[in-house]
Amino acid sequence: MTTDRSRARSAGRQRDGAAHTAPSRARSAGARWRAQAAAWGFLAPVVLYLAAFYAYPLYRNIDLSIRSYTLASFVTGDAPFAGFANYISIFHSSTFAPALINTTIFVFVSIAFQFAIGLALAVFFYRRFPLSATLRALFLIPWLLPLLVSASTWSWMLNSDSGIVNSFLQAVGAAPIDWLTSPHWSLAAVLIANIWIGIPFNLVIMYSGLQSVSADIFEAASIDGANGWQRFWRITFPLLRPVSAITLLLGFIYTLKVFDIIWIMTRGGPATASTTLAIWSYQLGFGSLLPDFSSAAAVGNVLIIIAVIFALIYIRARNRLETT
Amino acid sequence: MTVQITRRARTALLTITAITAAAALAACSSSSSTSTSAPASAGGTSATSASGGTYTLWDPYPQYNASSAWWKAVAACGTQAGVTIKHTAYDTTALTTQALLAGQQGKSPDILLIDNPVVSTLASAGILTTTAQNGLSTGTIAQNILGAGVINGKTYGVPIGANTLALYYNPTILKAANVDPASITSWATLTAALAKVKAIGKKGITFSGINTEEGSFQFLPWFWGAGANLTNLNSPQAVAALTLWTTWIKDGYAPNSVIQNTQTTSWQEFQTGDYAFGENGTWQKAGAATMGAKVIPIPSESGGAAPVPTGGEFFTIPVQKDTSTYATSAKIVTCLTSGNSIIATDNTLNYIAPTQSAQQAQVATDASLQSWVNAVGVAKARTGDNLGTKYPIISQQMWTAVQKAESGAAAPSAALAAAQTAAQAGINK
Repeated sequence: MTTDRSRARSAGRQRDGAAHTAPSRARSAGARWRAQAAAWGFLAPVVLYLAAFYAYPLYRNIDLSIRSYTLASFVTGDAPFAGFANYISIFHSSTFAPALINTTIFVFVSIAFQFAIGLALAVFFYRRFPLSATLRALFLIPWLLPLLVSASTWSWMLNSDSGIVNSFLQAVGAAPIDWLTSPHWSLAAVLIANIWIGIPFNLVIMYSGLQSVSADIFEAASIDGANGWQRFWRITFPLLRPVSAITLLLGFIYTLKVFDIIWIMTRGGPATASTTLAIWSYQLGFGSLLPDFSSAAAVGNVLIIIAVIFALIYIRARNRLETT
Repeated sequence: MTVQITRRARTALLTITAITAAAALAACSSSSSTSTSAPASAGGTSATSASGGTYTLWDPYPQYNASSAWWKAVAACGTQAGVTIKHTAYDTTALTTQALLAGQQGKSPDILLIDNPVVSTLASAGILTTTAQNGLSTGTIAQNILGAGVINGKTYGVPIGANTLALYYNPTILKAANVDPASITSWATLTAALAKVKAIGKKGITFSGINTEEGSFQFLPWFWGAGANLTNLNSPQAVAALTLWTTWIKDGYAPNSVIQNTQTTSWQEFQTGDYAFGENGTWQKAGAATMGAKVIPIPSESGGAAPVPTGGEFFTIPVQKDTSTYATSAKIVTCLTSGNSIIATDNTLNYIAPTQSAQQAQVATDASLQSWVNAVGVAKARTGDNLGTKYPIISQQMWTAVQKAESGAAAPSAALAAAQTAAQAGINK
C-alpha cells in the first residue's frame, strides 16, 4: 500500500517535471529539501531529549552492568567486559530471593488494596451528596504530602515504644507490635503506608472513568430491576475495564520502583525483611562506603525488564480488548 | 477528574492546603537532619587552575556558610598562600559520590576534606595523592588517628580532628537508682546498673543499631571491647558482643527502637530524660551539657575502656593533571592544620585535635574535654589494621548480622557465621 502510494506520488512528480521547465524542477527539489529539514528541525528537540535523557542513561546502565567496575576502573573508565557475570552473581546472592519475594508481595498486595479501595471510593463518590466534594478532596491529602513527610509520619506512628498505633493497641488491650523492627511485620508496615499513599491515585482515575459512563445505562438498568450489586458487577466494572487496565499498569510500574517510603521507614530492614529490588539496588550502589555500581546497575536492569514485561502484557491485553 | 470550581470546592481545597502546610511545617520543625544532597554553595563543579589562581576545596559541612569561622579560616589560609579558595560544602554521603564522579572526569578539587573511612576507598580508586607526592607532613599526629589514612604503608591525608563514641549518662536517674557511675567498668557492672535502673521504672540504654554504617560504628566498641577482630566476624568474642546487645533488648534494658535508631534519633530518645545511658558521640557534648548529662568511657567486657572507632575527616589532596598545584594545596592544608588554627577549627567542629600539644591546649580552655581526649586516645580507625577497602564489605555484613540478631530473625552465632561467609565471599570477589 505504501509502495503504491509512493509510486503514484513519484508518477505525479514526473508529470510535474514534464509540465514545468528545468529551473522550477530545481526549485521544487529545494522546497522538498526545505520541508524535510523543517520536519527534522521540529523533530530534533524531541530526538535530542530522548537521546540525552532516556537512551544514553539506559545505555550507560547496561554498560555498567555488563562490565566489572571496581572503584579504580570507574575512575579510569577501563573496566573489563564481564558479560552476564554480574547478573549471575546477583541471582546467586542470598539477598536475591528475599528481595524478589518482598517485591512481589509489596507490588501485588499494594495494588490489590489500592485498586479495590480506590474503586470502592470512586463508586461511593459517584453519587453526589452534601460535602462529597470536600470529602473527596480530603482523600487526596496523601497525594499532596511530600513522600518524606508521609513516610516520616508513618514511621513515628508505628514506632515500637512511642508510636500512637501501639498506644492504641495497648489501650484496647491488645499486645503491641514491633511494626518496623520485627522481621515478620516490617513489610506489612511499609505496605500499609504505601497503600495509604496510593489510594488517591486510584480514586481519581477511577472516578474520572466513572464520569464517562453514561448515566442512561444505569437508569435503564435500574428500570429493568437491577440491584446495586448487579449494577456494579454487570455495568460499572466491565465499562471501567480500559481505565482499570491503565490504572493497574501505572500502579504496577509506580509500586515496583517505590524506594523512598521503605528507605525512610525501615531502610529495607531489619536485615532483609523489607528489602525490595529497588532498595537492594540502592544499597549496592550507595548504601555502603564501597559502591558496587555494576551489581547495582544489574539489579536496576532486572527491575526495568520486569516493568517492560508487564507493559507488554498490558499492550497485548489492550489490543485484544480493542479487536473484540 | 472533572474539576468543578464551585465555592464549596474552593473552600475545601483551601482547607486542605492549610492542613497540608501545617502538617508539613510540623514535620519540618520536629524532624532533624534527614538532609539531602544539596551543595551549600552555588556551583558544584570545580575548576582546577594553575598556581596563583583559584583553588577549590570541598568539605562535608553544609551547616557552615561563608560567614562562619570555619569558612573564614579557610579563606585566610588561601590568602596566606597567595590564592583565592572556592569553597563548596556537600552532604557527607553525597561528597563520596561527587568525589568519585569528579575523579572520573578529571575535575577533582584541589583539596578534599573527606570522612576517614572513605580515604581508603578513594585511594584505591587512584584519586588521592600520597603525602610523599604532595609533600604534606604528618609530624606529630597521633598514630591511631592517622591510621585511617594509611594504606600499605602510604599515607593519603592528614586528619582535621577526631571524634568518637562514649557512654553519656543521666546523673539524676543513676542517683535515683543508686548506681555509682564510677563503678561501671565492665559489661557485668553495666548490665547490673541497667537492671537497677529498670527496677525503678526508668529505661536503661539507647544506641543506634540501624542497618547502615552508623550501626557498625556504634557496635564496634562492644565488638572490639570483647577482643573480637574484624577479620573474624564469627569468633566467640564477636558472638559475646552481639549477645550482649540482644540480651539487653530481650530483657527490656534497651528499647526495641534501637533496631532502627540513627545516632540522631537515639540521641533524641536519650534527651527525653527517661534513659539512664546513651551511646553517642563527641558531637553531642553541647547538648549533653544543657541537659546535665555526663560521660564515661564505654567499658570493655572484662574491664577498662573499650577501643572505640574514630570519626572525623581527613584533608586529602586529589590527583591533578597539573602536579605543580600540590605544593600550594599542601601549604593551605598545613596552614589549616597547624598551631592555633587547628584548635579553633576543632573547637567549632566539636573535634578533638589530632596532635597531643593541640589536645592539651583544648583541655586547658575546656576541662570537660579531658574524658573525650582519653576516649580518642584509645580509639582505632575502622579501616586500620590494613583493612582498607575490605572494611566496607565487612561492615555491611556486620550491620546485617546485628540487625538479624536484634530483631530475632537469627541467633547471634548464626547471624555472625552467615556474615563471615558473606564477607569472605565479598572480599574474594
